[in-house]
Amino acid sequence: MSENQKVIEIEVLRYHPEKDKEPHKQVFEVPFTDDMSVLQGVQYIKDYLDGSLSFRWSCRMAICGSCGMMINGEPSLSCQTFLRDYYPARVRVEALSHFPIERDLVINMEGFIEKLESIQPYIIPKEPRTLAQGEYLQTPEQLNAYEQFSSCINCLLCYAACPQFGLNSSFIGPAATALLHRYNVDSRDGGKAERMELINSEEGVFNCTAVGYCSEVCPKHVDPANAVNQNKTNAAADYFLRFLAPKGGAK
Amino acid sequence: METYKADVVIVGGGGAGLRAAIAVAETDPTLRIALVSKVYPMRSHTVAAEGGSAGVKQATDSLEYHFNDTVHGGDWLCEQDVVDYFVAHCTEELTQLEHWGCPWSRTPDGHVNVRAFGGMKIERTWFAADKTGFHMLHTLFQTSIKYPSIKRFDEHFCVDLIVEEGRVQGVVAIEIASGELTLVEARSVVIATGGAGRVFRENTNGGVVTGDGMALAYRHGVPLRDMEFVQYHPTCMPGTGLLFTEACRGEGGFLVNKDGYRYLQDYGLGPAEPTPRNKAMELGPRDRLSQAFWYEQQKGRTIEGLHGSVVHLDLRHLGEEKLRERLPQIYELAEQFMGVDPARAPIPVRPAVHYTMGGILVDGRCAAPLPGLYAAGECSSVGIHGANRLGSNSLSELLVFGKVAGVEAARFAKSVAPGNSASLLKQAQAVEQRISGLKTKTGGSERIATLRKEMAQTMEDGCGIYRLAETMQKTCDKLDELKARFKNVNLEDKSSVWNTEWLLAIELEYQLDVAQAMAYSAINRRESRGAHQRLDGFEARDDINFLQHSQAHYVAGAAPRIDYGPVKITKSQPGTRAYGAAGEKAEQERKASNV
Repeated sequence: MSENQKVIEIEVLRYHPEKDKEPHKQVFEVPFTDDMSVLQGVQYIKDYLDGSLSFRWSCRMAICGSCGMMINGEPSLSCQTFLRDYYPARVRVEALSHFPIERDLVINMEGFIEKLESIQPYIIPKEPRTLAQGEYLQTPEQLNAYEQFSSCINCLLCYAACPQFGLNSSFIGPAATALLHRYNVDSRDGGKAERMELINSEEGVFNCTAVGYCSEVCPKHVDPANAVNQNKTNAAADYFLRFLAPKGGAK
Repeated sequence: METYKADVVIVGGGGAGLRAAIAVAETDPTLRIALVSKVYPMRSHTVAAEGGSAGVKQATDSLEYHFNDTVHGGDWLCEQDVVDYFVAHCTEELTQLEHWGCPWSRTPDGHVNVRAFGGMKIERTWFAADKTGFHMLHTLFQTSIKYPSIKRFDEHFCVDLIVEEGRVQGVVAIEIASGELTLVEARSVVIATGGAGRVFRENTNGGVVTGDGMALAYRHGVPLRDMEFVQYHPTCMPGTGLLFTEACRGEGGFLVNKDGYRYLQDYGLGPAEPTPRNKAMELGPRDRLSQAFWYEQQKGRTIEGLHGSVVHLDLRHLGEEKLRERLPQIYELAEQFMGVDPARAPIPVRPAVHYTMGGILVDGRCAAPLPGLYAAGECSSVGIHGANRLGSNSLSELLVFGKVAGVEAARFAKSVAPGNSASLLKQAQAVEQRISGLKTKTGGSERIATLRKEMAQTMEDGCGIYRLAETMQKTCDKLDELKARFKNVNLEDKSSVWNTEWLLAIELEYQLDVAQAMAYSAINRRESRGAHQRLDGFEARDDINFLQHSQAHYVAGAAPRIDYGPVKITKSQPGTRAYGAAGEKAEQERKASNV
């Protein structure tokens, strides 16, 4: 290490269920270069200072969605957040808000997985097609209608940002709604009526109070707030139509 | 210990594992499927594939062209009957993914669009902007939710196979959240755990790519085939090794040296033309491009950067609008990680390890020599990549052979009786004792990170783009030393919940085995072919002695034993592998001699 090596303090929220009654902070001094991410800082701690620190990570390039953390209180992907932007001050790293902590920076995300599974996140074909019939035609405009909502990497930053999810963890929340919307507006899909039942339920979109912080923290420009709001309109229309049409005939 | 009784267990939840799981479910919905993955499936490294997936699409293209590109690209070390099957099934599988919702990029009239890729004669690479692997993986994961017979074991880390009566009958896995072990009984097992690029220092791979499944099969006597062939991708981010897709060049990007000169024309890839020509210049194959970088560096024509020498990937002439549409992820990576706006400045790049061509020996139906064991995807060596994989063939491989592995594993499971649960459990308990011992033992002094870094450095030093016997020998010796030192490893973390230090130790042990298979296979191949290039008197391809697959056999406590197996040649006799104008001339000569 050269003499003019910069050193940054990283404050990590530690919690070990086998030992700790509650989370506590621990500060590490980490040498860094200007191109180092917060993830690389945390990896340095694990490799050289404290092998017992636990966190998730994999791709290092903001596509696998594993490494979300609260960094100075903001939900962030640690791989594309850089230590230089905090130096010379201390940077604070904590597990994502609104989720139970399993250990250190690892949250329990089973609740999200259940939500994702519940929205039927697959094509329910409008017109079934055999492989021999080849591809469905889908124009660039039709692709454009859902492409942004298909870009969600399930990093859960939007849930950590969502005050309503913080109050009520059964709220379906931003990412799952965006994914539901992604399938509903796909020109190949005919499953909207089935999915709208969930949207109209107690866990559905009306929990959202339109804070919009979810879209602000989204690293992939999915804009889940937009999906939620479009579905509020859809759900409202659906609510009134149910008095006119048989169940499921709201299209 | 918990026991779960499955019929088929699949280890690995990336593209190949998910495709295999769906294939089993569709073959027979009554079969109980266990999908064991050390991460949630959408975190698997398939997610990071960018450029696209190959399948003949255009009227001007043909299966024969795709076959020839693949076999020539692999420097004739391919199983040609398997390549035949592969190219014949790519398009069908990609169409299947289209039906499942994959957001393929489209032409204005709504058909799936295709782009040019390195070493491919005709544009046949299906793409979803530059996030193809991400979209394929999420499409497969989300589609898999439709099938109730698929029981997922997310964040379960596989630590051993259970083999009894000469066939594989299950796996043992750690539930990461609790540290408890589970025995998953099964009548057949599919390994789909991906590659092993993390054994090298500078690589494009995610942290999960540690060769787990390769090591598991290898330790149970299944040979690892062609492990010396490790692909360096020519355009990666200095330092981190993050990938800038080949699609950058497929869309028309240039590679230039410090003088702004398109140096590939000096390495048999020219002529340099202003727009990309397939199989020439920047659209040459990856092995040749990485080798050309090495020579430029020797000549002092690269640029010195903070993380070693670089050349420039110049995309400026494509314009911001096209870059944002076709290469949005690349644009953001350059901006956010490097502070480079690729519409206004060239991107500094250098080669990094990207892909393991070799893997678990399987036949064309994905069956390993151990009955009941199947493998698909990067962890396997089904025989399509030979000595050098063409870009966009691996994503198609996940689909085509993921499906085959699933169908075959289902068939095998139905053909055999369930095992003896008591005796399987007894084996699993012995595994538990061994694995837990690694965590609880005291008195060690070696740090995992230190051993891992020394391994990655010695692999880069000895098994890089060009290789010499002397440095390969040093690497072999160093790996022997590291394996000895591993016995003295010390874990600070003795706890159960989310003990990732424990998992890293087990992964490191996998990596050391796989690294040895690579290094010993490399030093024994006394020729140059594809991604294995030597500078110590073996510069030429030697079809007389080495038109053979290497096979590394595990030997407990010693170096691997290397032997060789035949290569299946059906219709393409080994010839001159050339690109650019020279390649076109060679092709004409081949055609003339066939008349």
